[in-house]
Amino acid sequence: MLFRGLNLEMQGGGALHITGTNGIGKTSLMRILAGLLNPFEGSTAHTGTLAMVDEKAALDPQLALGNALKFWASMDGHEDIAASCGAMGIADLLDVPIRFLSTGQRKRAAFARMLNQNAQIWLLDEPLNGLDDDGVAKIEGLIAAHCGSGGICIAASHQSINLPDAKTLALGDYTA
Amino acid sequence: MIGKLLMRDLQMLLPGGRRGGTMLPLLFFVAVAVLYPFAVGPDAPLLAQTGGGVIWIAALLAAILPLDRLIAPDLELGVFDQLALRGVSEEMVVAIRVLAHWLSFAPLLLIATLPAAALLGLEGDTVRLVLLGLLAGTPGLAAIGVMIAALTAGLRGGAALSGLMLIPLAVPILIFGAGSLARADTSGIAYAGAFSLLLIAIAPFAGGAAIRAAREG
Repeated sequence: MLFRGLNLEMQGGGALHITGTNGIGKTSLMRILAGLLNPFEGSTAHTGTLAMVDEKAALDPQLALGNALKFWASMDGHEDIAASCGAMGIADLLDVPIRFLSTGQRKRAAFARMLNQNAQIWLLDEPLNGLDDDGVAKIEGLIAAHCGSGGICIAASHQSINLPDAKTLALGDYTA
Repeated sequence: MIGKLLMRDLQMLLPGGRRGGTMLPLLFFVAVAVLYPFAVGPDAPLLAQTGGGVIWIAALLAAILPLDRLIAPDLELGVFDQLALRGVSEEMVVAIRVLAHWLSFAPLLLIATLPAAALLGLEGDTVRLVLLGLLAGTPGLAAIGVMIAALTAGLRGGAALSGLMLIPLAVPILIFGAGSLARADTSGIAYAGAFSLLLIAIAPFAGGAAIRAAREG
C-alpha cells in the first residue's frame, strides 16, 4: 500500500501540484486518476476529457515526428498539428524520426500530442523531466493559459513548478 | 477510428513495415520446403505423400516469428495507455491487431505455398486441400499469436516463451487442417475453420485482459 485516506476534488480552472519523494506513489496516483490503474479501495470520477503526459511519449520511434503526431491528431479527429508544434518549439523537427530526438525534444513532442487532444483535464507526470529552461517556461505558460480558460491541471513532480494559484498535495502526508 | 488503427497496424506489421516487419517469415517458410527434400531424399512418392504436412508445419512455425513485435513494443511506448485515455477499449485494439497480423502474413504465405508445393512435387488436389486448409487455419493462428503476444508482453524473455506457448494451442488446427490431407476431403478443414472462429472470438477478450494485467504489473 502506497497511500491511504486521500480525498481530492477539483473544479474547472484549478491547478494541483502533487509532490513527494521518489517512489512514494505519484505515478501510481496519476495512473489511478487516468483510469489506467484500479485503486485497492476507493474510486475516481470526472467530467470532461482526460489527457496525460508521462514518461512514455507513445510516438513510434521509426516515424517522422510530423507523421507520429498526425496519427494521434487524426485519432482526436483533426489533422492540424502546426499550432501545437509551434507552441512547443518543435516545428522545425517535423521530418526528423522520433528515435533521433533528444529526451527533451521527445517531451516537447509528447506535449504537442497532448495539446492536439484539446482535453479539459491535463494529467502531467513529471512534466519537466528532461526539459531545458525554455521548455520549462513554455510548459508553465501553457498550464497557466489552460487553467485560465477553465481547464484543470494536475501535475506530479518532485521539482518545483511555477503554477499560478496552484494547490499543493504532499503525498507524504498520506503514506500508508 | 477503426480504419486509422488498422492502417497503423498494417504499416507496422507488413513486410517492409516500420517495425522491422521483414520478409523473414516468408523466406523461412520457403526455406523449409527447399530443405525438406534434401533431408529425406529425392523420393518423389514419399515427398508427395508427406509434403502437405511439411507445408503445414512450416506455416505454423513461420507464424511464430513475428510474435515479439505484435504487442510488446506498443505496451512499452505507452500506445495502449493513450488509446485507453481516448476511450478505445483494449478488446477493440486486439481485434484490429488480429486482423492486421493475419493480413500481414497469411496472404503472402498462401502465395508462397504454390512454389513450395512445386518444390515438393505435390499434386493438384493436395495443393487445393493445403491452400483451403491454410485459409481456414491461419486466422486461428493469427488469433493465438496475438493472444500469446499480449500474455507474454510484460515478461522477460517473452519472445522465446511465446513460441513454446503457441505450439500446443495450435495443435487442434494442425490436426484437422493437415489431417484433411490424409482423408482427402474437406471435412477436416471445416473443423479447422471452426477452431479458427472460436479462437478469433476469444482473442479480443483474452488479449485485452492480458494488456490490462500487464499495465498493472
